[in-house]
Amino acid sequence: MKTTRVIIVAVGGQGNLLASKVLGEAALLADVPVRMSEIHGMAQRGGVVESAMVFGDAQSSIISNGEADVLVGFEPSESLRALNKCNAKTLVITNLSPLMPFTVNIGNGVYPDLDRLQELIREKTAKLIAFNASALAKEAGSIMAVNMVLLGALIQTGTLPLSADHVKEVIRTKTKKAFTTINLKAFDLGFSAARQHA
Amino acid sequence: MHKLLTDRAGEKMLLLGNEAIARGAVEAGVAFTSTYPGTPSSEISLNFFQMSQESDLYFQYSTNEKVALEVAAAAANAGLRSMAVMKHVGMNVAADALMTLAYVGVKAGMVVLTADDPYMFSSQNEQDNRFYGKLSGLPVLEPSTVEEAKALVPYAFELSEKLKEPVILRTTTRINHSTAVVTLDSIPPRVTKGTFKKDPFNLVTVPAVSRKLHAKLLEHIKEAKALSETSPLNFIEGEGAWGIVCNGVSFAYVKDAIKDLDVAEKTKVLRIGFSHPMPEALIQQFLKNCQKVLIVEEGEPYMEEAVKAFAQQDGNTVEIRGKGEGLFSRLYEFDPQTVRECIAAYFGIPYTKPVPVDVSDVPEVPARPPTLCAGCSHRATYHAVKKAVEGMDTIYPTDIGCYTLGVLPPLSMADFLLCMGSSTGTAGGFSKATDQKVISFIGDSTFFHSGIPGLINAIFNNHDLTLVILDNGTTAMTGHQPHPGVDMSRLHLEGYGRLSIENVVKGLGVPFVTKIKPYKVKKSIEAIREAVQFKGVSVVISEEMCVLYAKSLGLAKGKPFRVTDKCKNHRECLSIACPAFFIWDGKVNIDPDLCTGCAVCAQICPENAILPVKKP
Ligand code: SF4
Repeated sequence: MKTTRVIIVAVGGQGNLLASKVLGEAALLADVPVRMSEIHGMAQRGGVVESAMVFGDAQSSIISNGEADVLVGFEPSESLRALNKCNAKTLVITNLSPLMPFTVNIGNGVYPDLDRLQELIREKTAKLIAFNASALAKEAGSIMAVNMVLLGALIQTGTLPLSADHVKEVIRTKTKKAFTTINLKAFDLGFSAARQHA
Repeated sequence: MHKLLTDRAGEKMLLLGNEAIARGAVEAGVAFTSTYPGTPSSEISLNFFQMSQESDLYFQYSTNEKVALEVAAAAANAGLRSMAVMKHVGMNVAADALMTLAYVGVKAGMVVLTADDPYMFSSQNEQDNRFYGKLSGLPVLEPSTVEEAKALVPYAFELSEKLKEPVILRTTTRINHSTAVVTLDSIPPRVTKGTFKKDPFNLVTVPAVSRKLHAKLLEHIKEAKALSETSPLNFIEGEGAWGIVCNGVSFAYVKDAIKDLDVAEKTKVLRIGFSHPMPEALIQQFLKNCQKVLIVEEGEPYMEEAVKAFAQQDGNTVEIRGKGEGLFSRLYEFDPQTVRECIAAYFGIPYTKPVPVDVSDVPEVPARPPTLCAGCSHRATYHAVKKAVEGMDTIYPTDIGCYTLGVLPPLSMADFLLCMGSSTGTAGGFSKATDQKVISFIGDSTFFHSGIPGLINAIFNNHDLTLVILDNGTTAMTGHQPHPGVDMSRLHLEGYGRLSIENVVKGLGVPFVTKIKPYKVKKSIEAIREAVQFKGVSVVISEEMCVLYAKSLGLAKGKPFRVTDKCKNHRECLSIACPAFFIWDGKVNIDPDLCTGCAVCAQICPENAILPVKKP
């Protein structure tokens, strides 16, 4: 089976570990080999959280610079920071709603201009799908569902050997009951957003 | 039911490496488990803790790794399968007990898990704990994947019982924190009560006994070496003339590299999973028809030195390389590309590197370092200390916990750090060696772990220092594990004792002890000022629950604050670097979703411009 390498970057608290868990469970359901790895620990202290997912026939669970097939960024400046993981053929999906790093909040450092950020990513990679995933999460019922919005977008692109049904089945059975409806709605909103912004 | 207690052999589960290890222990019939938490090992013990609440598995959070190892060693000598879990540097703490436990040995299987952290994702060093095998004489096993991590635990227990020695299971972060699909095996019943049989002339390590026991250990090492020679954990794949010896996660990168470079026909791989004692004869056999050999291992040239020595013994002059210029580094962790590139370079395989996008024209992305949470009480304590010592020439020895994040400006409240507990010992040294004022910081969990001896030392040797104990009622950094000062009834758990830090400190005879509530800024500053002026050892206990923990327990009651138009933009409030603050339109603001209502900023503001958010 072809190997597909996906990097997900987010700010601590945005729920990317749950997002990768859902994808991993979906892969198990679909009988697709999967390995993933994550660096957490300081996640709740507002740092960057990165997870790597390797689908298909590979033994490694991490992804070297320049070797991601897909980059999913839950926060625009983090997508830009992770650009070294990409190559000219990489597909990038990013949320456009910024979470200001504290350094910027108190006047040290400048947040990148969002138009320029998209231009840069578009220039350097194969394709960029960029939209306000946070707004869609709120529309679905909770900002916490931004991870599901981006999952929906990722699945829509068809780059993973996983169907929307597999992922939704996992959302139904493995995520917190109280959030199932919101999560499913968020997934669908992300799915159609990716179609619109493709 | 806890998912790792699922007794359905053959079922597939997506597991984190640490969950797989905990499951492996359950499948091995482990009965007695202990730990001091430390990343990247923490989730192993978290799962033990959870499972112990709904089964007859025994688990304890021990005061430190040495104690964790000692309780497990006793259990194993009373006939229970036991496991002590720690991070790599924790092994240093446990090493005193471990070295002699190797002499004494065990009656039932015992596994010591050490989780190494190449690249230091969350550690103060990246020491290579395979050397503990050599140092102690104990067997070392290393998994290459999450699936194997589970399978290795039962193997380790059997090996331990065969040799009557504890077995070291060594992982690295990329095993602990990787996830893969694991197939469950069945769960045997646990033997949860043993008996200790007196045998002092084999178990009490006075010199005359130990002389005999050391000889016995050497016999066990010989036996272990024979087992390593034929162990299924040390295996060869391929028949080519290019030899590759590898271990741990490097094996995965090597396999992917061989596939990507399409050199399966030309290579032969020896995977070492039983790495102490190294299988000498197997390695010599492997080297025989090799043209050249590459050793792929993260960390120190542990296998490289052994393989070269074995070749020399055998009169084999084949070229063997591993660490060195143009090849592998002793620094940090490896990744698939580095391994692929080194293999291609060493064996002269044509290879074009993948081209990452050119980021030279990408503007610098502002840093996003981890920070103390909004409303964290450590920030309040740091502010109070800063104010109390204004104008003094100070040294701030610090310790290991969330509060170490105070090293970053603008807080800048950390000057020296070695290891767990070092704040108390080094503070004494600085106080004698300089005329600067020494104020050191230690968390509650770290204080119990290894801060107390340094404090006793300071009292006895009459050092002049102030120790600030940051008591937030939990081991926050590693995920809110309990420690001996924690109120376990808050977690609805019964049958635990509880120590008061104040009583401990007073009991030690600290001549000046004061307690502060750090959210009360003025009072705290005054109390600290008094403590700092005291000549001799003074202790300040700063008591306030970790806000993140309080939130998780439903105990956070604070209401958010806002910046009103009385603000004159002095920005003094920003000196505490609370992430709830942001600048908008040149003005200071507070994010009501992040603010926990600790009100520290409100007390700092000279204009009284920061007030509670009005109810709508
Ligand atoms: S987890 Fe607790 S102790 Fe750690 S930074 Fe957050 S509030 Fe502070």
